[in-house]
Amino acid sequence: MIQVTVKLFASFRIGRFDREIREYPQATTVGDVVRDLQIPEAEVGILLLNFVHVDLQRQLADGDALSIFPLVGGG
Amino acid sequence: MDKILRINMGASGGPSQSIEKAGEFTALGGRATTSMIVAKEVPPDCHPLGAENKLVIAPGMLSGTTGAMSGRISVGCKSPLTGGIKESNAGGQPAQVMARLGYAAIIIEGKPATDDLYKIHIDKDKVTISVDNSLKLMDNYPLIEKLRKEHGDNAAYMSIGSAGERKMAAASIACTDPELRPSRHCGRGGVGAVMGAKQVKAIIFDDKGCQQRPPKDPDGFKAANRAYVEGIRKHAVSGEGLPAYGTNILTNVLNEAGGYPTRNFKTGFFEGGTNISGETQAELEVKRGGLATHGCHRGCVIQCSGVYNDKDGKFLTKQPEYETVWSHGGHCGIDDLDTIAMLDYLDDNIGVDTIEMGVAIGVAMDGGVIEFGDGEGAIRLVRDEVGKGTPLGRILGNGAAMTGKAFAVERVPVVKGQAIPAYDPRTVQGIGVTYATSTMGADHTAGYAVATNILKVGGDVDPLKPEGQVELSRNLQIATTAIDSTGMCLFIAFPILDQPETFDALLGMLGAFYGTKMTGDDVIALGKKVLNMEREFNKKAGFGAEDDRLPRFFKTEPLPPHNITFAVKDEELDELYNWG
Ligand code: SF4
Repeated sequence: MIQVTVKLFASFRIGRFDREIREYPQATTVGDVVRDLQIPEAEVGILLLNFVHVDLQRQLADGDALSIFPLVGGG
Repeated sequence: MDKILRINMGASGGPSQSIEKAGEFTALGGRATTSMIVAKEVPPDCHPLGAENKLVIAPGMLSGTTGAMSGRISVGCKSPLTGGIKESNAGGQPAQVMARLGYAAIIIEGKPATDDLYKIHIDKDKVTISVDNSLKLMDNYPLIEKLRKEHGDNAAYMSIGSAGERKMAAASIACTDPELRPSRHCGRGGVGAVMGAKQVKAIIFDDKGCQQRPPKDPDGFKAANRAYVEGIRKHAVSGEGLPAYGTNILTNVLNEAGGYPTRNFKTGFFEGGTNISGETQAELEVKRGGLATHGCHRGCVIQCSGVYNDKDGKFLTKQPEYETVWSHGGHCGIDDLDTIAMLDYLDDNIGVDTIEMGVAIGVAMDGGVIEFGDGEGAIRLVRDEVGKGTPLGRILGNGAAMTGKAFAVERVPVVKGQAIPAYDPRTVQGIGVTYATSTMGADHTAGYAVATNILKVGGDVDPLKPEGQVELSRNLQIATTAIDSTGMCLFIAFPILDQPETFDALLGMLGAFYGTKMTGDDVIALGKKVLNMEREFNKKAGFGAEDDRLPRFFKTEPLPPHNITFAVKDEELDELYNWG
């Protein structure tokens, strides 16, 4: 098993959590986490793994920090 | 909008006024109008606070119509902050009212011979320019309270606070929102100082008896507007994110991306970010009986703003924008929303740009004036120094560059003298190109590459690499210049970048309103034309390629956590305006 810090933002927090350390099996991908949290893939806007943009296919490693945002903007 | 009002504040015997036909400006607006008039009429080498500079005010092409989102107002002049051309725009009510009154532009020129302070009242029948020295050194909130008693609540107000009268280079021009709060500011570039130099304290627009501007093709306009609103509502950013959390949603995004400039651009991650994030702010606003969703003008369907109440549930300020929360927050090492909201209120009241002010304070902290994280100290600096026009206040109120010099700070984040806002160009390289090359000085709104680099709206360009950034910034700067001319709020860029049918709807509105056919190519041509004029003005004002650069520390100091520097080469920056 690996430990991943998952951070959720904006509307994704509603009914879920802000930040949690979660356990996943080896070879878990970002997409697996998104599905596990029942976040519709189409709503995912920004995925940041340890400060870097990634896609759903990226495999996670022990100690990773994953931030999941819906599509957001401002400026 | 078939007329232009010209006011000569320096006419012998007191200010004079004349009305001209709008001519080529009848079907133009916003930044296109202000920049073209400034480029044509203002000597580029003039002193920004002298009689030769002009303050040009223009509503957008569709302001004053039933078209959604059309209420931005542009103010143009030679900037006392940058020394180059300036267009600064804001929301609030004035654009709609001024457009319904039929003015394509107001040009304020000259300089009074006496030290009298004036107000300008404009209604359907006449323009009244009168001396009112009782307004001297009043700040925006009490000023508008006083003016409302005289001129009523049907009016929209533009005004300067004490900073504008003191001609500080960070001074803004306030515009009132639908609740008549002077909370929407033409902030950047010191436009308030130019209004102060003209000794105009307030402009009052009253459109009683005026109608909405009628489109040439009412049915076509209505249909296009409907499609446009639908497109805005259906896009996740403009339909959900911005209304619910406002622009401050970006605190967490930039922080998690390692691009949040912290303690005067020393790191890209602020450990106190969560405390001042848009999520925390929205929750607090609702808990205190304020609003997390509010429009800065009637006709806004996105409603990215809000109302921030204090601990006792009393109005303190409008919802501080992301860049304000950053400049007074992470940039200064401050992680307390109440402190930041108080600073937002003080900035609006005194009438200074929240970005320039916050960045100047952070630079002052770096220079040892007060400690990073000292919220009380920051409030004191703005309220008791800038607000009272003390010598220290004048240094701060003249912006980050002046402050850096005064306190011998090496790391001064400015381009062309204007403070760099809330996105570190080392981690968001595309926005670095915009900062470096914009005719406006460092300005994120001039070509918001953050969308493509970080938010993944309107495409995807890797933020950490130099490749593709010049082309991205160029295209965005051209498109933005055109949007700034329509008078549309820039946040429509999110849906129109992603949804071609929403862009078509906007073109349809412009076409149906003016009875012409507008194409995407026309929009691009307009953007290029205006940018070329602005750049030509800057050249004549003394700017060269060496001014299209970021401060050197961005190239030499790697920014944690990515530990990279700004890597777009100078020669590549010089290609930005080579569009053939
Ligand atoms: S989206 Fe925000 S800034 Fe734009 S017009 Fe609406 S309230 Fe004003």
